[in-house]
Amino acid sequence: MASYTVTHQKARAFYDTYERKAELQNQTHYCPGCGHGIVSKLLAQAIDELGVQDRTVLISPVGCSVFGYYYFDVGNVQVAHGRAPAVATAVKRSRPESIVIGYQGDGDLAAIGTAEIIHAANRGEPITVIFVNNGIYGMTGGQMAPTTLLGRKTATSPLGRDAMNEGFPLHVCEMLNSLEAPVYIERVALGNNKQIMHAAKVVKRAVENQVKGLGFSFVEVLSPCPTIWKMQPVEAQRFVRDEMAAVFGLCNFRDRTKEAQARPARAASPALEDLPRLLDLGNGSGEDAVAACPPQELDLRIKVAGFGGQGVLMLGEVLAEAGLDAGYEVSWLPSYGPEMRSGTSNCHVRLANHAIDSPLVSRPNVLLALNEPSLRKFLPAVEEGGLVLYNGSEIPGDCVRSDLRMVALPFTQLADELGATKVGNIVMLGALLEATGILEQGRVVGALKRLVHPRFFELDLAALARGRGEFRESASDDYLWGV
Amino acid sequence: MAIIGKPDRGSVEMNAEECKGCGLCLEACPPKVLHLAEGLNRYGYHPAIYAGVGCTGCGICFFVCPEPGGIRVFRLDAVAAA
Repeated sequence: MASYTVTHQKARAFYDTYERKAELQNQTHYCPGCGHGIVSKLLAQAIDELGVQDRTVLISPVGCSVFGYYYFDVGNVQVAHGRAPAVATAVKRSRPESIVIGYQGDGDLAAIGTAEIIHAANRGEPITVIFVNNGIYGMTGGQMAPTTLLGRKTATSPLGRDAMNEGFPLHVCEMLNSLEAPVYIERVALGNNKQIMHAAKVVKRAVENQVKGLGFSFVEVLSPCPTIWKMQPVEAQRFVRDEMAAVFGLCNFRDRTKEAQARPARAASPALEDLPRLLDLGNGSGEDAVAACPPQELDLRIKVAGFGGQGVLMLGEVLAEAGLDAGYEVSWLPSYGPEMRSGTSNCHVRLANHAIDSPLVSRPNVLLALNEPSLRKFLPAVEEGGLVLYNGSEIPGDCVRSDLRMVALPFTQLADELGATKVGNIVMLGALLEATGILEQGRVVGALKRLVHPRFFELDLAALARGRGEFRESASDDYLWGV
Repeated sequence: MAIIGKPDRGSVEMNAEECKGCGLCLEACPPKVLHLAEGLNRYGYHPAIYAGVGCTGCGICFFVCPEPGGIRVFRLDAVAAA
């Protein structure tokens, strides 16, 4: 009696049964004749043969292939539509020893996820991406995809795809091949036995490249979607072979696996203790940390407002930076329109000796108004007993509130006298420091040094001093105080 | 397994419960020894079945089948073939 040995059977990388909600626990959810089943099988086979099942992480996308995690007995992450390359990057960088395989359809990779795949490829992330291209949105019922062939009727191109209206089919391999970093790019098809057997080799190569740590490997698989194409499976296979492959040329676009050096999953990062020195934050000796315990009870809720270009955000940033340096809890929340200049601009700054609940300042106890509209807009919200500094020679009559300390100084003019209109904000900062005494001069100077261009540093110091001086003089004028 | 003379070089086991009757294996099979059953499986598909004679054990059907465990392929042991 002849004896036989098994040569091909279900890959170990698949679960024995698929514990999914549906009744079919032995079958996949794919339609009869679907190319996804074949690609999954080729991939599972490759994982088996390379012996990497225990360290493989499969990134399941959105689309028909979303259920990869029901079938593959490997690590699985299901990600937002199109974002598989971004998540794959994160997984690979945080677990460099893992074999990370992105599996995406054309609606996922070539439409909503175009940016992610291009940039992951451009960074040369050492991951493997399997791109299953069936030229249609299958799961959602047959809408046109970027890869739909010209002339094809779909739910969203009912007259047939017209280049004038819907553009040309997107050639992803060719696009990625214009980038410097990828190591391996090939397009294969599932159009007949020969093509499928070749696809098996290529998929394995793409995973193997990662096992060797070589770099970004990409395989596009032209795949049938019989149900949505409204074809019999065998006819759909013919369509892949004759029609799709005629538009999307089957070839190896790039194979730099011989020259490529094994690369680490991520660039080396500096040691944590070196960071203060590298970022020029103090001397890194820890002395600052010792000095930085909150010097006093404080809960400053500052609103800085003006128009873009007046240095509103910068003023807030210097305050927050100096406060942080002094050991306070701080927050800085900018709020501005799309205009870099002349739009309204304001920022919320909080300095406190306790944890800050919200960076949003809706009830300020300090208002720094760099123009009249800002004063009018935010004055009503200022808390009783608060401080208002206004950039003008006097507070407009209808804006005077007797329950506040209000000081008007022509900060912009004072800055002009120093030779640069732009330091008006720092003059105002000087006045604020003088008025409140909240921060030591050294902390503010340190913050300025870090934040402003060295060219303006001296000017800013002069502005700070001018602000302090002007405030001292004005403070002696009684009429300005809580009228 | 061949009825007369030398045994077949291979054999194939079709999982009728997993099969969705797409027919890709019939098309792919070089010696054309697979066909669709007349009856239905419990999901309502005509599953692919092996006639029981003529398989070469090439394994093509395994690769074209979209179901992970739809087909198992066997090959005649060398000793037995000798």
